[in-house]
Amino acid sequence: MKGRYGIHGGQYVPETLMNEIHKIEEAYEFYKNDQAFNDELNTLLKEYAGRPSLLYYAKKMSEDLGGAKIYLKREDLNHTGSHKINNVLGQVLMAKKMGKTRVIAETGAGQHGVATATAAALLSMECEIFMGKEDTDRQALNVYRMELLGAKVHPVTTGTMTLKDAVNEAMREWTKRVDDTMYVLGSVMGPHPFPMMVRDFQSVISKEAREQILEYEGKLPTAVMACVGGGSNAMGMFYHFINDKDVKLIGCEAAGKGVDTALTAATIATGSLGVFHGMKSYFCQDEYGQIAPVYSISAGLDYPGIGPEHAYLHDIGRAQYVPVSDDEAVSAFEYIAKTEGIICAIESAHAVAHAIKLAPTMAKDDILIICLSGRGDKDVAAIARYRGRDIHE
Amino acid sequence: MWQQLPDIGGEIFMNRIQQAFDHQKAFIGFLTAGDPYLDKTVDYILDLEEAGASLIEIGIPFSDPIAEGPTIQEANVRALKNKVTTDDVFEMVKKVRLKSQIPLCFMTYLNVVFHYGYERFFQKCQEIGIDGIILPDLPYEESHEVKDVCKQYGVTLISMIAPTSKDRVAMIAKEAEGFIYLVSSMGVTGTRDNESFASNLDEIIQYIKSVTDTPVAIGFGIKDAQQVKTFQQYADGVIVGSAIVNIIKEYGDQGDEALKQYVSSLTKV
Repeated sequence: MKGRYGIHGGQYVPETLMNEIHKIEEAYEFYKNDQAFNDELNTLLKEYAGRPSLLYYAKKMSEDLGGAKIYLKREDLNHTGSHKINNVLGQVLMAKKMGKTRVIAETGAGQHGVATATAAALLSMECEIFMGKEDTDRQALNVYRMELLGAKVHPVTTGTMTLKDAVNEAMREWTKRVDDTMYVLGSVMGPHPFPMMVRDFQSVISKEAREQILEYEGKLPTAVMACVGGGSNAMGMFYHFINDKDVKLIGCEAAGKGVDTALTAATIATGSLGVFHGMKSYFCQDEYGQIAPVYSISAGLDYPGIGPEHAYLHDIGRAQYVPVSDDEAVSAFEYIAKTEGIICAIESAHAVAHAIKLAPTMAKDDILIICLSGRGDKDVAAIARYRGRDIHE
Repeated sequence: MWQQLPDIGGEIFMNRIQQAFDHQKAFIGFLTAGDPYLDKTVDYILDLEEAGASLIEIGIPFSDPIAEGPTIQEANVRALKNKVTTDDVFEMVKKVRLKSQIPLCFMTYLNVVFHYGYERFFQKCQEIGIDGIILPDLPYEESHEVKDVCKQYGVTLISMIAPTSKDRVAMIAKEAEGFIYLVSSMGVTGTRDNESFASNLDEIIQYIKSVTDTPVAIGFGIKDAQQVKTFQQYADGVIVGSAIVNIIKEYGDQGDEALKQYVSSLTKV
């Protein structure tokens, strides 16, 4: 069925948006096969975003952990510092071709907001970003970055004032003004065609990684892993490996203070089936279907749902989802900095943390690829505070 | 003590929404259940009826009401702060039904219903005398998973049409039952000035009328008698929500007179 992943997905949005969503579906079906569009996008990805991103053999880390060979897919080295640019260049370019003059987006950590503001500046589009008030405080530098890039940032003061509320507000804004505006969704979530479209734009990660690892090692990896909030870098990292049945796919969810506490954002571990933000999927919610006020140290993973394709991969057992706590993520953040000289995003550190546990249990000829979805400059002050050093940006 | 719930026959049940539109322009009032608290919601529903409302839309609070503007969002927050649950709202409706046979529709978001379980939810609606339901995040394409269960329990799923619906109008209108909720303008709920309303509402209604006999009520943004009067020229009814919720916010549980006065000023135009 169209836009469905097993029982998940769908288009659960107000009638006001339905024609617009169908327009985006049609446009995407056209442009994804349009040579001129793909040439233009690929040129931007190569010459502007800096693709292909490196697949780096983390030798010190591999030796230190004493198990599998660990490779890092360096999405942190992309322009704007995360994988978000892959999707944003695709969507904003398409919006422009559709005749839109304005883009809006939600952002959690600010990475998607910065990427959207960047693409909007490059492609001369008006840009407005919705960001939870709590996140504008946690990620004040990214707010200023977006403003530097010419975007208007709206702090969202409703609900939990985090990513889910930013999505709510961006959707509300979109229903007010659809004619000239594209909602550039940042993750593999929302109504169809967003989960599919964002996945396709992000699948460049696994397309490259698969070629690179075959070139370097002459074989496929034992496992690939990535952090999961909505799940865009994970879906990008998984996609071209889904049909390689022997490659394990591992998503690392933000457990916050632990999956047995209320302060968690681990959707697969603690959520249940629901319908929210345009899609049927798993959500953290109470017994009456009220969406839970989730928590994670990572603003980018602080989301009560997960993309519908992940929900499906979980249902059929193709991918495994594991919770990683704040403590584990912060330790991994520090570990990879000291071991490999890489300051990665606290989001990505969730995947690193699980690799630290998993790699020693694996054989020397096993290969593990971690998607390093973003760089960690934005997180340095917050991590310092977590460790009791009162540093502010 | 509470009396036995009056026996509500299937026939009457199916037709209660229709009564709101019989020989009159319907005035549909909205409020959020549990704002300021549930027993007061019972009073306010009866106040609205006394002031001339012909159908009441009862909002079951949801944590993330994406189709609502600030006014109704805040009412949801107030109700949820009071720990109002779906079961509590059902109990509240039972109390209303002891005193009134006014047509009642729920307005909530799909997850509230989905999570409760479609069967269980609509069976409960039938038991307590709910006539219809409005789910703004359930468009036509996804509606069939709900519609069949609704039908089974005699609850009407209300269809929404928006100024952007265009080529979708006929498809939606042909299947619409109870009444059609025509969204007056772009955006979310909340009172508006006249220039914000879509300019082609009369044309949309004319077109709807060419494919169905189901009555059409206009909602989103309506706040004053002049607007009611204008819309009643071509619609079968009007829906007023945020303006009512604003009064409840201002007066808390002391709003009976203010509500009656306000709604009377709109129903007697």
